[in-house]
Amino acid sequence: MTVSVHPVLEARNLHVGFGGRGRGVPPVRAVDGVELAIDKGQILALAGESGSGKTTLARTLLGLQRPYAGQVLHHGRPLDYSGKGLKALRRRVQLVLQDPTGALNPRRTVYEAVAEGLRIHRVPGDERALVAKALSQAGLRPAERFFHRYPHELSGGQRQRVVIAGALVLEPELIIADEPVASLDASVRGEILALLLSLRDELGLSVLVVTHDLGLAWNIADKLAVMYLGRIVEVGRTEQVLAAPRHPYTAALLSVLPEAAGREPVILAGESPDPSRIPSGCRFHPRCPALADGLAARAGVAERCVTESLPVLPLHGQHAAACLLSGHIGDGIAGAAGGSATGLISA
Amino acid sequence: MLLDVRDLRVAYRDRGVPLPAVRGVDLSLGAGETLGLAGESGCGKSTLASAILRLLPGNAEVSGEILLNGADVLKMSWGQLRAVRWNEASIVFQGAMHALNPVRTIGHQIAEAIVLHAPKAARATARRQVDELLEQVGVPAWRADSFPHELSGGQKQRVMIAMALACSPQLIIADEPTTALDVMVQAQVLALLNQLVRERGVGLILISHDLSVLASTCDRVAVMYAGRVVEQGPGHRLFADAAHPYAQALAAAFPVIGDMSSRRAPRGLPGDPPDPREVGGGCAFAPRCPVALPECVQYDVRLRTVDAERSAACVHVGNGQTVTSAGDGGAEGREATA
Repeated sequence: MTVSVHPVLEARNLHVGFGGRGRGVPPVRAVDGVELAIDKGQILALAGESGSGKTTLARTLLGLQRPYAGQVLHHGRPLDYSGKGLKALRRRVQLVLQDPTGALNPRRTVYEAVAEGLRIHRVPGDERALVAKALSQAGLRPAERFFHRYPHELSGGQRQRVVIAGALVLEPELIIADEPVASLDASVRGEILALLLSLRDELGLSVLVVTHDLGLAWNIADKLAVMYLGRIVEVGRTEQVLAAPRHPYTAALLSVLPEAAGREPVILAGESPDPSRIPSGCRFHPRCPALADGLAARAGVAERCVTESLPVLPLHGQHAAACLLSGHIGDGIAGAAGGSATGLISA
Repeated sequence: MLLDVRDLRVAYRDRGVPLPAVRGVDLSLGAGETLGLAGESGCGKSTLASAILRLLPGNAEVSGEILLNGADVLKMSWGQLRAVRWNEASIVFQGAMHALNPVRTIGHQIAEAIVLHAPKAARATARRQVDELLEQVGVPAWRADSFPHELSGGQKQRVMIAMALACSPQLIIADEPTTALDVMVQAQVLALLNQLVRERGVGLILISHDLSVLASTCDRVAVMYAGRVVEQGPGHRLFADAAHPYAQALAAAFPVIGDMSSRRAPRGLPGDPPDPREVGGGCAFAPRCPVALPECVQYDVRLRTVDAERSAACVHVGNGQTVTSAGDGGAEGREATA
């Protein structure tokens, strides 16, 4: 599927922080060493709880946030953070936000909302035709019927389609969608996800979906990266990660899904932890069910879990998890941490 | 029966024209039971919840009966109603965690409900009660002195539940209590609500657009569409094997991970919910229905028996026998024609 040698967008040893002054490591490390690549025509889901750093990572990939260490590469070239460079990047990489009602100006018509990008980037050509094309690509047909509508006259699903049309009108190669269906009704959810899937199939678009919804990843993503406290803790093909999770955090997330009937839910105590106080050793160890129930001790790694910090997961390679246990016992962890790896796939 | 709603109808008057939001709903709930209400925005589920405690705006016209412990809420005087709210039934509203007053401590806000509704004797002990309530919902008691901004989203939602519990009501209505929360925090909040039902025997009405959440939490689930209940039955069966095409679409919207038929195949429901101005006549779902028959646009279908536990309002269900028992089916008891 890859035509170019380089991925569309790539994060190399990326570190993004907040607070602090000037040089040195900032007190809040929202993204704390991430390697990630999005290939052409790939749908990548980035999953994690609030505070895991997934939105900060997405913003950094868009050039909205600058890393304090590491870099973002666009087709193998480091991002150019000049005004001109960022403007050029944003024509190729577009953002779709969670709440379409908030993303649209209530006093602008659908036509104006979609044409705005064309005007900002001074795209030559027939504006009307380009807007109509983007609207129909986003599933609003016949497009002309929507030109003069205002956001309040549209349903939630239609509004999200307008936002997606506004991104498509610039013919980007990558769309970064931050929780694209979280504020939509259940029946509309599938429609918007099907749209993203068909855009990939028809236009070869790459999509990075930031979400806390693993069902969404199962629905559309080729590759899934699970983030915890600024790091990617598990990455691989969606089927592999969801059917046979190798990190206890992924296994716990899967076990609490409401539809996971029959599996014993592993409800982790407490909230997503604080990126200003990243624990030493494995960053998941204070909440880790495999450490708490003695699995780590039986495997003889309990001591290392608490003291030894794990390396950043490599950019290339297959299904991998940042867990000492994953190397020792592989898929067994899923069973031990609640999800039955075999039971999952048999449904 | 703790709560018995009979043929409830609510219409919002808009410039003189009544817009129906709830069009004849029958529900019942016993102590220690959980009832889930599912449906998309505009289906009337939140209107129904507000109607139970008469919290609707002035332009709402309500008819039917809402029997709370046998007394009709719709006929109560304001004094009686005041006694019922909080003490007998309380609501956790959607997005309620944003309703906390930012300049008051959470302890103060929970105590307010106790002080206003409890007899004088209880007021002295309000502070101790606050501590107990917080512990019950899994928030450390010292948090009583915290301000809302110092709490996480999950903790704020727990505080809202503590507040709803403040006067030991028998009925709790939770409107989308876990929307906008992370999966892990959602699991914590749902486990808490289930524990309250088990240990204190409260009746719980849980409202959500996520059928998978309701299926895993509730004994019974009612799916609403355009102001009516279109299917009801045991939660797990509704999710796995729905009879009404709308309930089927709602269930399919949330994939079961591992189910290869939903892999790279998200399922939605084309079209939009009907405009309340245009509902009436035939089945409200007919325009979006994948299995609609020509007669569906003309004949209104009321709930019919699917089996001993379930009923659904669809021509494809059963042999046309309409459910008649109160609390289950249409009050008219007949298959109403247009």
